[in-house]
Amino acid sequence: MPRFIARRLLSTLPLVVLVLTATFAALHIAPGDPVRMYLGPGADAAAGAELRHAWGLDRPWAIQYAAWLGDFVRGRWGVSLAQHRPVVRVLSDALGPTLLLTGLSLALTYAIGIAVGALQAARRRTALDTGITAVTTVVQALPAYVLALALVLVFAYGAALWGWPDLLRLPAFGAESVAADFLPPARRLADRARHLILPVTTLTLIGAAGIARFARSSLVDALRQPFVAAARARGLTNGRVLARHTLRTAFLPLVTLLGLQLPALFSGVVFVEAVFAWPGMGRVAVQAVLARDYPVVMAVTAVFAVLVVVGNLLADVAAAALDPRSEAVA
Amino acid sequence: MSGGVVRDLLRDRRALAGGLIVAAAVSAAVLGPLLLGPAPVALEDVVARRFVPPLGATPDGVLHLLGTDRFGRDLLRRLCEGARVSLAVGILAALAALAIGVTAGSVAGFAGGIADRAIVAVVDAALAVPRVPFLLLLVALFEPGVPLVVLALGLTGWMTVARLVRAEVRGLRRRPFVEAARSLGAGPARVLGRHVLPNALAPALVAAALGVGNAMMLEAGLSFLGLGVQPPTASWGNLIAAGREALVTAPWVALAPATAVALVVVGFSLLADSLEAALAGERATG
Repeated sequence: MPRFIARRLLSTLPLVVLVLTATFAALHIAPGDPVRMYLGPGADAAAGAELRHAWGLDRPWAIQYAAWLGDFVRGRWGVSLAQHRPVVRVLSDALGPTLLLTGLSLALTYAIGIAVGALQAARRRTALDTGITAVTTVVQALPAYVLALALVLVFAYGAALWGWPDLLRLPAFGAESVAADFLPPARRLADRARHLILPVTTLTLIGAAGIARFARSSLVDALRQPFVAAARARGLTNGRVLARHTLRTAFLPLVTLLGLQLPALFSGVVFVEAVFAWPGMGRVAVQAVLARDYPVVMAVTAVFAVLVVVGNLLADVAAAALDPRSEAVA
Repeated sequence: MSGGVVRDLLRDRRALAGGLIVAAAVSAAVLGPLLLGPAPVALEDVVARRFVPPLGATPDGVLHLLGTDRFGRDLLRRLCEGARVSLAVGILAALAALAIGVTAGSVAGFAGGIADRAIVAVVDAALAVPRVPFLLLLVALFEPGVPLVVLALGLTGWMTVARLVRAEVRGLRRRPFVEAARSLGAGPARVLGRHVLPNALAPALVAAALGVGNAMMLEAGLSFLGLGVQPPTASWGNLIAAGREALVTAPWVALAPATAVALVVVGFSLLADSLEAALAGERATG
């Protein structure tokens, strides 16, 4: 296993370098001179030349690239042009909330998705199965921002309008209430949890619909295998066959699917954070784009990509742990 | 595509539903602005005309099926105008992705060796980049607008097509009919273009069909964030963004374009699902 992880890590490295290279290239292909943008149109040439030298932009691009890569690896990501503080600080403030949001919804996505898929596989070709398939097909295709706005409309505005109980009136903006600093610890925790509900629900519903579709088809396939017939022949009940024999085999592709889900999740989170004003990486990215804050945009893209690559690595390791045969293939 | 696939598609209720939705959107885009007549050049008394609810009438007695927005513009007309932009962006982006993906995939699958490994590495790297953050990067660096959105969506959406085409081409290139074409003296370009590719395109077309819906969803998303198609040009995304400001007082302004995006994306994914099933069926029987 350690050798497998080492080999996988080695094959991952070029991928990360390629992504970073693409990010660097995109910045340098783009029109516009960062020095002119930083100083404004009226600045004199001497100040421009000085800044250009200070930023190292007068060096050959190969050296700039090597220096940028070196700095990036060591965590020197420059200074945000809009916030005037280190990019590392901007991102480390935002990373936590995003990981909380995505991690929580990923866990729920798999738990709910597999449960729904298993229910459908157990009751396959019934009205219930068809009905759920129709729902998951639609929900999976819903854009995150549409679902998010619909939830805000119902649970934030509608709940107040129709006089729903307080428990169902959910906050639609931010990670905590304005007065959160003055709440006692327990109330503060509850306040944060309530703020999580709508954003997590948005991401979870869309993700779980996709997992349920996948889990259903892979479970239905697994139920056709000879070992299922053998288990049935031994007199095991339907539920026991599903739980003990097929879920295990059907679980493997789901773990691999995790790696493919991550990019979609990190795309969805950008919209969800934008709608719910969640103080995470997606919101930082959108604000940085609007402010033309290049260092932040580049760093966010790279961090998202690295998160996906690391997630893929973990998924592969988990798959190898579940099924030793896949170690040999990779 | 053979008759079997078409027959399977006609029998599939998913294809019917998806086809109807997409056809409705296309006809709204093409016919809508024509049927509704030219847009009024000036709107008088915005305060009296704005936020008329669906099926309501403005003081001049004109009925507005979907109501009006905050400038008193007819929402149905804006929706049809937006459909033109959104559909055009979606289809063009899917075509761009198809072009890039087919080129990369067929070269990788046909040439093999170093070219194959290099292209596969680029595909893997591109798949690791979450699409929306990378789109944000492109939008930040260049001028936002329709051409950029099409290009950016094409550049971030070709990998699935490339993988599918590569796999198909690899499977086909050692088949007897390809050997035969080669032994008759056909050059690599001709063998690839005339003999291999036509047989390798079916899965790529499915991916492209799904790509249209995805591209429309992302275009609407970017425009929703204010980073895509810029107002006053209507796109479903910036219509949703405009409606979001009045979500409490006039929810219909956001609901109409949001429903439109959701429906069309579902429509395209239903079409892609049934096309995939039909092609799989053909492969199993044929």
